[in-house]
Amino acid sequence: MAAHPPTASRRRWGSTVAGVLVLGVMLFPLYWMLNTALQPESGLLQVDPVPGSLDLSGFSKAISDQGGHLLTSLAVSLGAVAICLAISAPAAYGLARFGLRGSRTIVFGTLITQMVPGIVIANALYNSYVDLGLVNSYFGLMLADASLGIPFSIVLMRSFMVSIPGEVIEAAQIDGAGPVRTFTRVVLPMSRNSLITSGLFAFLFSWSDFMFALTLNTTDEVKPITLGIYQYIGAHVGDWGSVMAASVLSAVPAAVLLVLAQKYIAAGITGGSVK
Amino acid sequence: MTTSTVTAQTPAKASAPAAAPDPARAARRRRLTQWGFVAPAVVFMLLFFGYPLVRNVVMSFQHYTPKTFFTGEAPFNGTDNWSNVFQDALFGKALWHTLVFTAGSLVGQFCIGMALAVFFSRRFPLNGVLRSLILLPWLVPMVVSGIVWRRILDQDTGVLNSFLDTLGVGGGTPWLTSPEMALLSVILVNIWIGIPFNMVILYGGLQEIPKELHEAAALDGASAWRTFRSVTLPVLKPVITVVLVLGFMSTVKILDLILALTDGGPADATQTLGTLTYQNSFVQLDFGAGAVVGNVLILISAVFAVFYLRANRTEGK
Repeated sequence: MAAHPPTASRRRWGSTVAGVLVLGVMLFPLYWMLNTALQPESGLLQVDPVPGSLDLSGFSKAISDQGGHLLTSLAVSLGAVAICLAISAPAAYGLARFGLRGSRTIVFGTLITQMVPGIVIANALYNSYVDLGLVNSYFGLMLADASLGIPFSIVLMRSFMVSIPGEVIEAAQIDGAGPVRTFTRVVLPMSRNSLITSGLFAFLFSWSDFMFALTLNTTDEVKPITLGIYQYIGAHVGDWGSVMAASVLSAVPAAVLLVLAQKYIAAGITGGSVK
Repeated sequence: MTTSTVTAQTPAKASAPAAAPDPARAARRRRLTQWGFVAPAVVFMLLFFGYPLVRNVVMSFQHYTPKTFFTGEAPFNGTDNWSNVFQDALFGKALWHTLVFTAGSLVGQFCIGMALAVFFSRRFPLNGVLRSLILLPWLVPMVVSGIVWRRILDQDTGVLNSFLDTLGVGGGTPWLTSPEMALLSVILVNIWIGIPFNMVILYGGLQEIPKELHEAAALDGASAWRTFRSVTLPVLKPVITVVLVLGFMSTVKILDLILALTDGGPADATQTLGTLTYQNSFVQLDFGAGAVVGNVLILISAVFAVFYLRANRTEGK
């Protein structure tokens, strides 16, 4: 190693190679998911390292078995995002700018909520949901899933809205805009990035949710893909090709969002946790 | 802000006289509008977080049976649920597994996440792309990751064992099917899931450290390891605290991953407080017993919440 001190650029590419290796190890399980999905015939046997010939029958079976659950996930997640943003954006603004008495307590409470174990919420919620007729309903699941994103979104958007210059808001008020119009016409457009980040994460939280899907549904009426796959594997242990194909499909939103909205994802992970 | 604008912006009260400048009333109305922004969130959080917390305490003193869901009756039974749960050997096991699972996961995630954060702090081509792609395991639904790993760890046909076979070591390891190995396997998978999160936050923290600090250490002739221990770690302490506490919060209550990998088995070897709460309530339909275990989980979380809030406060300064 030390015999020939490498040039600066060669050392840099050396790090790239090491980085690719690290990435390869970290992403191997996901590669294996795709690989298995493309070799449906190998069901119970060992799987070849690379698919010899692409067999899409696993995917077509997965789509016919699980396609509806993918759509359910999509509908529930979009609904959860809408509820989450509608509730947390005004709250974030109010907590950031109005100086209301009790604001600090509310922000404190928001942080606390992130520590309540989901299964504890489900435990109590199930009983209320039974009483309210919200079990096995899209709306009930959307509400529960929205709870995954709301504290996160309030914290994230609030920390952004605190930094909006006061002059901008005062200028809007001098122009005769009341608080509602100031919020919709000035604050929301300026907060676009934090809104997108919050919405993205609310979507990912909801899309990944398994616990509420598992506990708040007793029939097959409202079944998101996470629950679909979980039950699929119970019923089709031999048919790994289709199970993995369904898994690949359920991972697609995460992969797409990561590629298309990389900076928002990074902002969400750092901003939502440290602040 | 003038009276007229406030009135104009309060559609529900549009009929109120716009020309009556009553400062006290205007101020009150302004406050009311402002609370209108915050109130829905407060109500939502009270219903979806506050109420379940209270309800769980009440439920832990109630007797639930499958019949309850027809009759709606859950009579109070004193501390019966509590003593039943605590006398069950499974509770102690689950508590122990939870602590081992959480501690093992945190140590693994943090150490590897930190190593990768330091690695990616070097400048090299494609750094940004590789760094963001590594996030993928964290973004995929946890239950899906669990199922994929279940395939990989399969004793007879899983790729890990066939790989180990080729190397001539440890082929045929019963990763998920033996009580001795299962908890370790579940921890290893959870470490894999948590690495990206730890890496990203620690990487962010490392970028904030002023370059001069490291230059000064280098001038003093400190080795890389010495610099890391005596300069990087102390400066990074607030970030480290936040990462560990957030990691704790998400790990201690994990349910998806364990259900997908082992369903709490074999022989309850991977039963944790999270899965036990689920088992009691939603499988045995004994919500009283489930609430007891859930309350213990909350208690453990609350202790660490104190650490989190203290860390947050120092962060804010």
